[in-house]
Amino acid sequence: MSFLVDLLTKQGLVTAFALVGVIIYVSHLISKYLTRGRIHGSAIAILAGLGLAYAGGVITGGQKGIADIPMFAGIGLLGGALLRDFAIVATAFEVDVVQARRAGLLGAVSLGLGTIIPFGIGVAVARVYGYTDAVSLTTIGAGAITYIVGPVTGAALGASSPVMALSIGVGVLKAILVMIGTPFLAPFIGLNNPHSAMSYGGLMGTVSGVTGGLAATDPKLVPYGALIATFHTGVGCLVGPSILYFTVRAFTG
Amino acid sequence: MTIYGVALLAICTLIGVGLGDLLGMALHVKANVGGVGIAMVLLISARVWLTHRGALSAGIKLGTEFWATMYIPIVVAMAAQQNVLSAASGGPMVVIAAVLTVAACAGVVALISRIDKGERP
Repeated sequence: MSFLVDLLTKQGLVTAFALVGVIIYVSHLISKYLTRGRIHGSAIAILAGLGLAYAGGVITGGQKGIADIPMFAGIGLLGGALLRDFAIVATAFEVDVVQARRAGLLGAVSLGLGTIIPFGIGVAVARVYGYTDAVSLTTIGAGAITYIVGPVTGAALGASSPVMALSIGVGVLKAILVMIGTPFLAPFIGLNNPHSAMSYGGLMGTVSGVTGGLAATDPKLVPYGALIATFHTGVGCLVGPSILYFTVRAFTG
Repeated sequence: MTIYGVALLAICTLIGVGLGDLLGMALHVKANVGGVGIAMVLLISARVWLTHRGALSAGIKLGTEFWATMYIPIVVAMAAQQNVLSAASGGPMVVIAAVLTVAACAGVVALISRIDKGERP
């Protein structure tokens, strides 16, 4: 047993390839036979990944899901920002140039709305739950933009640790909801062409959520959503501790 | 050669992410601003350029397309390392804020795709 654990630990990334392959294979079987193809195999696989992450969190008490178990540390590498970004860039190879050129105005509008709407909702909910100071309100609102904008803004403004945790929590849950929800929402919001994928990327923002969700809906749409979503966190980090904070402070006095 | 494709992808990624970091620094933001997006635009341009010159070899295609197809497995691995436990135990405020945000943004996407469709001939 310990021989096997040692082997899997030493072969980190290779173990991750094997594990993810098995998850996807089983997920496609489930999709085909239990849901008759109604729920996409990739969506089930992502859900299974989140389930493993939950289990990893319970077992280790860590913050990196299943990757906190040494045997599965390779998952951290395979699913980390480095390979994720590398693979997202690769998806651009299939992009229809004519479509991508039209991204300009649509991208800007959806990025703007995708920053202001989540922020406003985050601030409003935090206000209802009894937060009144501008720093906490801004930090929680920023978390609703993405889980990176939240802590970056909080750190810049000097927010308290529990508020930072809440802010990250909102952002992570948003990413997860987008990942799981996109395939179900897609038919209702007209998400079936490159154009709507781009506005979706700008509005939802979270790169992991958008690309995960689009991958489970229609892999062809991934690059269009990613193209816009990748600017989202940057824009959020830019306006969060500045314009948005000053606006909130003007209201709270 | 397959490595040409992988290297092309790597070079586009390095330049894009590098520019994104510089843009972040210039704007005094502690984040990468659009690095991946810039890299994607570079890769799209590179493909257009190679196609025009008739230099888009099977190897280059294989090297980049392999990584594009690895995207979903990478997303599954990414899902498996999220801090789901803390997101799930954040209490009702976290849940309400996240659900409302996603619902509102999905509504706006629906609205935009309506308007968009109307504009098209």
